[in-house]
Order: sequence, then structure tokens, then C-alpha cells
Amino acid sequence: MTAALGPVGVGFRSRRRIPVTIVVCLAVLAVALLAVLLGPLLFPDATEQDILSSLMPAGSPGHPLGTDELGRDILALTVAGAASALVGPVCVAVGSMLLGILLGTLAGYERGPLDFAISRWTDLLLALPVLLAAIVVSGVFGGGYWTTVALLILLFSPSDIRIVRAGVLEQAARPYIEAAQMLSLSRWRVMFRHILPNVSSLVITNAMLNVAFALVAFSSLSFLGVGVPPGTADWGRQLTDNRAIMFDNPAAVIVPAVLIIAVACCVNLVGDWLGQRLTRSGGLA
Amino acid sequence: MLAVRVLGTAAILFVLSIIVFSMLHLAPGDLVKTLLGTRPASPEAVAAIREQYHLDDPLPVQYLRWLGGVLSGDLGESIRLQTSVSDAIAARLGLTLALCGLAFAIALAVGVPLGVQSAVRAGGVLDRAGTTLGVIGLSAPTFAVGLLLLYVFAYYLPIFPVYGGGRGPLDTLYHLVLPAVTLAAGLGAIVLKLTRTAMLRELDADYVTSARARGIPESRTRRLALRNAAIPIVTGASLLLTFLVGGTVLAETTYALPGLGTLLQDSVLFKDLAVVQALTLLVALVIAMIALLADLAYLMLDPRVRAQGGAA
Repeated sequence: MTAALGPVGVGFRSRRRIPVTIVVCLAVLAVALLAVLLGPLLFPDATEQDILSSLMPAGSPGHPLGTDELGRDILALTVAGAASALVGPVCVAVGSMLLGILLGTLAGYERGPLDFAISRWTDLLLALPVLLAAIVVSGVFGGGYWTTVALLILLFSPSDIRIVRAGVLEQAARPYIEAAQMLSLSRWRVMFRHILPNVSSLVITNAMLNVAFALVAFSSLSFLGVGVPPGTADWGRQLTDNRAIMFDNPAAVIVPAVLIIAVACCVNLVGDWLGQRLTRSGGLA
Repeated sequence: MLAVRVLGTAAILFVLSIIVFSMLHLAPGDLVKTLLGTRPASPEAVAAIREQYHLDDPLPVQYLRWLGGVLSGDLGESIRLQTSVSDAIAARLGLTLALCGLAFAIALAVGVPLGVQSAVRAGGVLDRAGTTLGVIGLSAPTFAVGLLLLYVFAYYLPIFPVYGGGRGPLDTLYHLVLPAVTLAAGLGAIVLKLTRTAMLRELDADYVTSARARGIPESRTRRLALRNAAIPIVTGASLLLTFLVGGTVLAETTYALPGLGTLLQDSVLFKDLAVVQALTLLVALVIAMIALLADLAYLMLDPRVRAQGGAA
């Protein structure tokens, strides 16, 4: 960070107290993270079917949340499903952030035909709603979990590209960039060592919010039956599979639904808070 | 300015139409088999399909023929429903429009007043409650909200039907209440956020201070501010539409409504490509048109932009 000639660096320099809501959200996210890490160890055979114990209500012995139609334990399936529900969205947010940084910086700093091409590309991607494009492409072309991740990275990237491009355009006109250019630093060095740190607060905030959007998009896709293959432990998939048994074992639907909502809310709140903090403590106003 | 916007929109739609056309040829599996659907692949049937879809012509010719058909209203045949695609869409359009309209009305009726009140008493109890609701509405996936509402209303409060589209206009409307509320949760959250932000900015403006200083009643001052705040709210319309498209698919699937959303989902899963192509193009067209209209509305709502636009 010190290498940057920028006006203000980015960092947590103020020690404001963290609001209670954010503490609660971070706790929820920590539990979710634990489920992702420990899920495979705790419930290695979560997707195993046991037709003899199918459709047991919540509170049955050995099955605190009951079982679904195929006799799979809801608690095990839900804990194991955390990985599928959360890893993909995080990868989507990080991937589209990296793509956005690369293309956005190039477009904003190099200008010219490259900027034109990149900007038209984002226009085109933004012409269709993300969810519709994802449903159509992954539905028609098939593909598994990681294909969906790649597809969503592509579809999420326009917002990152635009944000980075706007930030870079604004920074590139500043005197410190002129100074860096006078020192005849290479353009890559100027772009990624000097400009990038000064737009990073915007990028990080947007990536956090993208995690929440990607979570919703991912679970929506698996709810619609595309993106995640049948039989996988996944919250969205659980909701489609268990819709029909809602009245036999409500927990099979309510637990994953509430979890998706809770995690998405927490990510959004933390993202908003982080955004406010980062913009207030420096970087771009 | 406007001419450039219209040309840009036309260019994007043109490129999209090429992509949508290519979908048929890029989809995995044998093209003829996809087009045959469930019919047996006898040599005569294959020849008939090749003839019907002009598969032996060069691709650009096929594309132009297809585009000509689309522009004259011929969207092809649905292999799943065995009807023309335009009939399939027409049969389901009404329900989706009613659902979106109702959801939009609810979202505006709740979001705008709540947003205004939140901005007027920023930091107050209502504002904080509104913000919390807004975050939930923005983050919660439509289907998760839908399933929870479905459970509550089917189990504890059986006053609304929870399944299917109903018969006759009034019954349909009654059936649409829960799906519309589900959709409105997300829409309303966006409206609330846009309204609150815009109102906060306007209430801070000099003209509001001066109106208050002159003793103009607070309610009239607020109406004045809301009219100015309308511009960013209208510009956000494309945001609402983007949400609405995905939301409709999810809401219709959750409540098993026979609308365009479920048509899309069924067609995608069945690989009924003609329907998928038509719906994709339709959505792209509607979104492009609404974005253009939002720009026009922007001109109409703000005399300053109009004056500048005329000069530039």
C-alpha cells in the first residue's frame, strides 16, 4: 500500500465500535463457514437414501429435523448443503471481481478501441437479466456446478467492470498518476500498483454485495432444476425436492428457506457496513 | 443523443438475435433429434424436418429466414406443446402481465409512502424497521419467501388459495394475491431504497429549506420534494424490470401458475428451443423498450435535462 503515490490509502484506521447487528451477522456467517468446513466430516453420507425411514417428522429419534421422501436426514443434508450453497457464490464474486479489475482497469486506463470493445461487451451482457440468461444457457447447454460458476462469473462481471472503469477514469486524471507516468513507470505498474489500491474499496464492497446476489442466483437456479445435478446436497435443490412434502415434514422446507434468507441478509448487511466504513476511512469518497 | 441511444439499442438487439438464433445450432446433441422431440426419427421424418427448417441452406440464409419469420410474427412451432409458439405465448401472457401488474401496484403502494416517511424521519423507528425490511426484501430469494408464505397461508391462515391460476377473471385475481405479494417483497424493497435515497437528497436541498422558511405547509413541501425525487425512481425502473423477469419465473414456479415464467422453465428443461428463443428475444425487447421509455420519461420529468438535451 505504501508503494502507491495515491492521495489516501485504504485501511481500517479508525477503531469505531462494530454495531450489534454486524456482530450477529458475522456470527451467522461464521457458523455457515463452519458448516462448509466441517460438513463433510460430520455427515459424510448425508445424501445416502434410506427408504425405510422416509418422511419422518421433525423430532423423530435419531432425526432431529426429520427425513425427506427418500429417507435422507434433513439436518445432515442441510449442513452438508452449506458447501454447495456457499462455495459457488463466493467463487462467482471473487472471479467476477478479478475479471472486472482486469478488464475495467484496461478499459479505463488505455481508453481507445479497447475501451470501446469492453464497454460494448458489458452493454451486451447487461441487455438480459442475469437470472434469465443463466436459466436459458445452463438449461439448454446443460453443465454441472462449476460450469454454472463460470457462467455466473461472466454474467456478474459487467457491474464490476463498470465500477472499476469509472473509478480508474476518475483516478487516472489525478496529478499522482501524471507523476507516476513522468517517472516512466510501466503502464502495468501504474495501473495495478498505483491506481488499483485507490479503487479497491469500491471493488471490495461490490464483491461483498455480489456474494449475496450470487447466493440468490445460485439457489434460484438449483430451485428451478438447473445448475446443480439432482441428488446433490444443496439448499435450493432441497426446496424443490421437498415442496411436495411440505405438510408431512415442514422442517424440510422451512429450514433451508430460512437459512438462504438469513445468510443472504447477513452478507448484504456486512457488505453495506464494510462499504460505508471503507469509503469513510479513505479511498474514494 | 436520443438517436444514438436508439441506434445502440437496435445494435444490441441485433447481436442478441444472432446469439439467440445460434442457440439452436450450438445446443448439445443432434439438431434434428432436438427438433423432432418425441417423434420417431424415421428417414422421412428427418427429411421433413430438414426441409421444414431449411437446414441444408447456409447459416446466414437460415438466420435471415428465421429473423424474417420472427419480425412477421412467426416464431416457429413448439415441439412440446405441438402448437405455434405465438399461440403458446399468447395463452399465458395475460396471467404473467396480471401478476406483474399486481406486484408492481403493491410494491409502489407500500414502497413509496414508506420510503418518504423513512426519509422524513431518518434514523427513527419507522426508518430502521423499513431499512431492515428492505434488506430482507432485497436479499431473500423470491422462491424462499414464496414457500414460507405458502406454508403460513396454507397451514395457519387458509384465506388465500396457494396453488394454480383459478378460473375466470375474479378468481384468477384472487389466486394471484399471494404470488404478487411474494414478488412485491423484492420489488418493494428496491422501490423503498430508491425513494428513500432520492427523498433524503431532495429534503436536504435549498428549495425545501426556503419553502419551509416561507411557511409553506410541510405536506405541500414534501409533495414538491417527491416530484423531484421521482426522476431517480423512474430511472431505476430498469432495475425493477430486471428483478421482475427473474422473480416472475420463480414466483410462478413456486405457486404452479400457468404463466410465461413456467412456460420458460418447462421449455428449458424439455429443450423446447423455439419457445426458449422466442421468450428470450421477447424479454430482451421489452427490457430495451422500457430502458428507452425510462430515458424519455426522464426528459419529460425534468425540464432542465430537456433544455440541455435540446441544446446539445
